[in-house]
Amino acid sequence: MQLIECPWCGPREEVEFHYGGQAHVAYPDDPAALTDEQWAHYVFFRDNPKGRFAERWSHSAGCRRWFNAVRDTATYRFERVHRPDESPTP
Amino acid sequence: MSPRTPGADLPEHPDFLWRNPEPKRSYDVVIVGGGGHGLATAHYLAKNHGITDVAVLEKGWLAGGNMARNTTIIRSNYLWDESAAIYEHALKLWEGLEDDLGYPILFSQRGVLNLAHSLQDVRESVRRVEANKLNGVDAEWIGPDEVRKVCPIVNTSTDIRYPVMGATYQPRAGIAKHDYVAWGFARRIDQAGGDLVQDCEVTGFTTDGDRVTGVRTTRGDIAAGHVVLCAAGHTSVLTDMLGFRVPLQSHPLQALVSELLEPVHPTIVMSNAVHVYVSQAHKGELVMGAGVDSYNGYGQRGAFHIIERQMAAAVELFPVFARAHLLRTWGGIVDVTPDASPVAGRTPYANLTINCGWGTGGFKATPGIGWCLADTVAKGEPHPYVAPFALDRFVTGALVDEHGAAAVAH
Repeated sequence: MQLIECPWCGPREEVEFHYGGQAHVAYPDDPAALTDEQWAHYVFFRDNPKGRFAERWSHSAGCRRWFNAVRDTATYRFERVHRPDESPTP
Repeated sequence: MSPRTPGADLPEHPDFLWRNPEPKRSYDVVIVGGGGHGLATAHYLAKNHGITDVAVLEKGWLAGGNMARNTTIIRSNYLWDESAAIYEHALKLWEGLEDDLGYPILFSQRGVLNLAHSLQDVRESVRRVEANKLNGVDAEWIGPDEVRKVCPIVNTSTDIRYPVMGATYQPRAGIAKHDYVAWGFARRIDQAGGDLVQDCEVTGFTTDGDRVTGVRTTRGDIAAGHVVLCAAGHTSVLTDMLGFRVPLQSHPLQALVSELLEPVHPTIVMSNAVHVYVSQAHKGELVMGAGVDSYNGYGQRGAFHIIERQMAAAVELFPVFARAHLLRTWGGIVDVTPDASPVAGRTPYANLTINCGWGTGGFKATPGIGWCLADTVAKGEPHPYVAPFALDRFVTGALVDEHGAAAVAH
């Protein structure tokens, strides 16, 4: 089991965490103005890269706070984690 | 007496089932992905439509991805009409596939039990049985006593955490030897003149307006009249090159086998609530699978705690397994869609057909989807069985929502 670094609690076992999928998908400013296709892309479509991926994780069995991570989906290595109020780039 | 050459007494190598050709520079149809679906598509292109100028491009070795990693369960007891139609079509083809391929595939129709552990499970199961009957799929609802008759080793006592309150039973469901299935298809494709090109990764596409003119590969550029994507967990990597999006998330999915045991398990048992599915392979291994690892992953491996939970569920349901030893675990990459149904058919490119999103359950569909994709390519019109699974359903809202509905352990 791999250790995941919670930005608040430090390294903890993977089972304590909940995956939240792609990060930085903003709610549309004016949802009613979206076409059906744009709405579908907001609701159903997410990036699915092989390699670096900006994600949300929740330390659900610990401090229960959400944070962001950049992780490699091919190696499963976490490159960096950061709090939502921190800049995504170091 | 002079010493004999080591190996001189060994029998001749058996005949190869297919050639290992250099790719030609152009084909009528190029299929990306040499797994079950790609192979089945090439087979039915030749058999049903006489289209034999076909290449199946495989980045690794033939059928070494999910085709070699699944738990071989074949069934058609899906809730929705659209799903029942294509999976039942596939099951009927499975029933004649050994004759069609002229090759043993060890298809064994030993039935599947989908266990119900709660009142809600019972209601959903009974509903699904009735839906199955209306769609001509064999299905019945049976109580715990009958579950014990079908599979005596299931723990049907009432004092377990998730007691068995009954099950749906599809007697025509079964298992097959997945490698043999792939080899049988490959042999037939080769006999028909199709090229199976291994170690050939697609690295890009050449396009002209709304047409794909060819593929770039690690073994050179190959022109194509029509391209079919059958790349399962790697589909997003290809569609990213083509510049359109498909609502897929690739996840690791793990399975495992025990050591070889005497025949103890006569059927297939699936349980959504405790999340395990089990059958016993012909050789004697118990074959088990669970749900996906939660995060996106292309690594063909998953986390061990998933296996641990799966084993806890298995031992609860089958106390007799408690002393069995785990022999081997592995992972594949499954492409999961928002409604747990596949995406097949048209794309923004006129001569590019897509097939993906089968998630955790693509093996059972192998002959069925191959048949329908071949028809789609030959006629330029989605086959009626794949039409409901078009990419545009995420825009129209006509989802085929099999999440939790289909006895699917996603």
